[in-house]
Amino acid sequence: MTGVLSDVVAEATVIVCCGPGGVGKTTSAAAIGIEAARSGRRVVVVTIDPARRLADALGLPGGLTGEPQRVATTDGALWAMMLDTPAMFERVVRRHAATPDQADRIVANRFYRNMAGALSGTQEYMASEALHELHGDERFDLVIVDTPPSRNALDFLDAPGVLTRFLDHAVFKLLMMPTRTGFKVLSVATQPILKAIGRVVGSDVLADAVAFFQAFAGMEAGFRQRADGVTRLLHAEATKFVLVASPSHETIEEATWFAEQLADQGFVVSATIVNRVQPRFGEAPAADAMRRSAAAGTKGASDLASIWHNLADMRRLADAERAQIAPLARRVGRETLIEVPLLPTDVHDQTALGLLAAHLFGTDASV
Amino acid sequence: MSNVTPLTDLTVSNLVIVAGKGGVGKTTVTAVLARAATDAGLRVLVVELDGKSTLAALVPDLIVRHISAADALEEYLFEHGFRRIAKRLAATGVIDVISTAAPGINDLVVLGKIKQLERSGEWDLVIVDGPAAGHAVTFLTSAAGLLDAIRGGPIRSQAEDVQAMLSDPERCQVLLVALPETTPINELIETAIAVETRVGARLGSIIVNQVDPQALLADPASVDFGRATVGVTEAVAAADFRRQRQVAQSDELSRLAESVPARQIHLDRVLTARLSPADVTALSKAIR
Repeated sequence: MTGVLSDVVAEATVIVCCGPGGVGKTTSAAAIGIEAARSGRRVVVVTIDPARRLADALGLPGGLTGEPQRVATTDGALWAMMLDTPAMFERVVRRHAATPDQADRIVANRFYRNMAGALSGTQEYMASEALHELHGDERFDLVIVDTPPSRNALDFLDAPGVLTRFLDHAVFKLLMMPTRTGFKVLSVATQPILKAIGRVVGSDVLADAVAFFQAFAGMEAGFRQRADGVTRLLHAEATKFVLVASPSHETIEEATWFAEQLADQGFVVSATIVNRVQPRFGEAPAADAMRRSAAAGTKGASDLASIWHNLADMRRLADAERAQIAPLARRVGRETLIEVPLLPTDVHDQTALGLLAAHLFGTDASV
Repeated sequence: MSNVTPLTDLTVSNLVIVAGKGGVGKTTVTAVLARAATDAGLRVLVVELDGKSTLAALVPDLIVRHISAADALEEYLFEHGFRRIAKRLAATGVIDVISTAAPGINDLVVLGKIKQLERSGEWDLVIVDGPAAGHAVTFLTSAAGLLDAIRGGPIRSQAEDVQAMLSDPERCQVLLVALPETTPINELIETAIAVETRVGARLGSIIVNQVDPQALLADPASVDFGRATVGVTEAVAAADFRRQRQVAQSDELSRLAESVPARQIHLDRVLTARLSPADVTALSKAIR
């Protein structure tokens, strides 16, 4: 087994790890990064969560930051960073602003700061921006990104459109009007709809919103162009999608749904990782071990009986998980699905990450 | 404390908000608590925020209400002077602008709906199946945040009412869920601190899901396998594996007990990849 992930790593310039929350996306992204670096790629791994444990595992005691940091302790060239959404948003604004003064006005605005911190989809949008930026950075030839936890695979893929759609809203045009017609902010607030909004959220909050949209004037075109660029990158041949799941019924269903959504949008899932799969310890039926247990001890009370009973339990659970994984395997193709066994301890250091990588890439775990 | 059943503890308040990171089993815990409370004769309502509907498969006789932020905000605007144009506001993006201008307003109106249900007198227990993965603290601090930001008007009084509910231990408690593993326990500890200091809410018991209920398995090295040869290697490997996980689990549970002084309720790990209603009933005995 040369490993489907080895091919992905060899061919991709971007790897997007997506899937339901709590299945080990970040850890998988890091393990892929370690192996990719070892194979000679110059890799940057971007995580969405602060993931302090991952920073420790990578030997970055100061934690991950919004800038790529070189990971010193692995073979090859590996960098890691976490997404700093507000900092990224500010960079984007500064890139598109006509003057530093325009950027300053926007960044200081309270409505903007709320948007950078809370607008639903902002995190996804900035993750896709980071991807685009790092893709163009000459230090790296492979960018690996994990996606924010979401019940919807398309949140990330749609992200470049979030702000442009926001700008397309009728209310935006209404708020933009004064700059065209020369009215002052306060007179905008006398519009009936805005007055009503002001009653709900307070007039000073509304004034911030109006000021933001006015300061934003002239930047829409740049934003739209960039969004198109990000969308093109996501659709590029060398952008590969890796779906991550775990073997419970709910996450398998969710992952299967992710795979369908991706396929509907024309994205190909190159590899699927199912993390934390119960090891089966041999292929003999669970019932065999149960018989041994019954034979070994009256009422199953002896140590020997409980050891055989445990083997039966592990095998039963492994079989139940196999049954859950089967439909997903059919959906994505058995040959592209990689099962990673549940490890006896949490993945919290570089050795464990290396072990995980060995499982992912089908290399000898003892290396 | 020891003669108080977990369920008595959990139903001291009318409202229980179940919170925890993705993958720890919030929905399982919601189902188990709902099962236990229903079987104890309480009128139980479950509120779902996350849009998933696996609950019905776990507790078939349960009354579940789904509250989405968009619907709650629209309803709120409808009731506060926007009347019939509320629908059109959503279409024109005004709602996006409002929720961006006053972040937390989405969460606040959802909590406002929950408060209505809690006050309605129709339910003995309202259980909220946690906010979307990772957003528990943001969700619960929305009212406090808006109180800082907004000086007057209907949103402020709504925020005051919600904050009064959240910080009243007779009315509301937050139930945190974790797995007996390093990362989920770390996250639970962080959330526990935030819930008490930043939300000012009563932290109820802690539920640890998928706990291996058995005593430490015997060391296979000290066990005589007799004349058996076939399968012995596998049995030894399986036993070593189980023992390593059991030791790690007990370390994590003691670390949790040292860090958060709340009562721990353990739900047994069920050896299945898909829980059934019967499993939920069996698990619910742990809190009766």
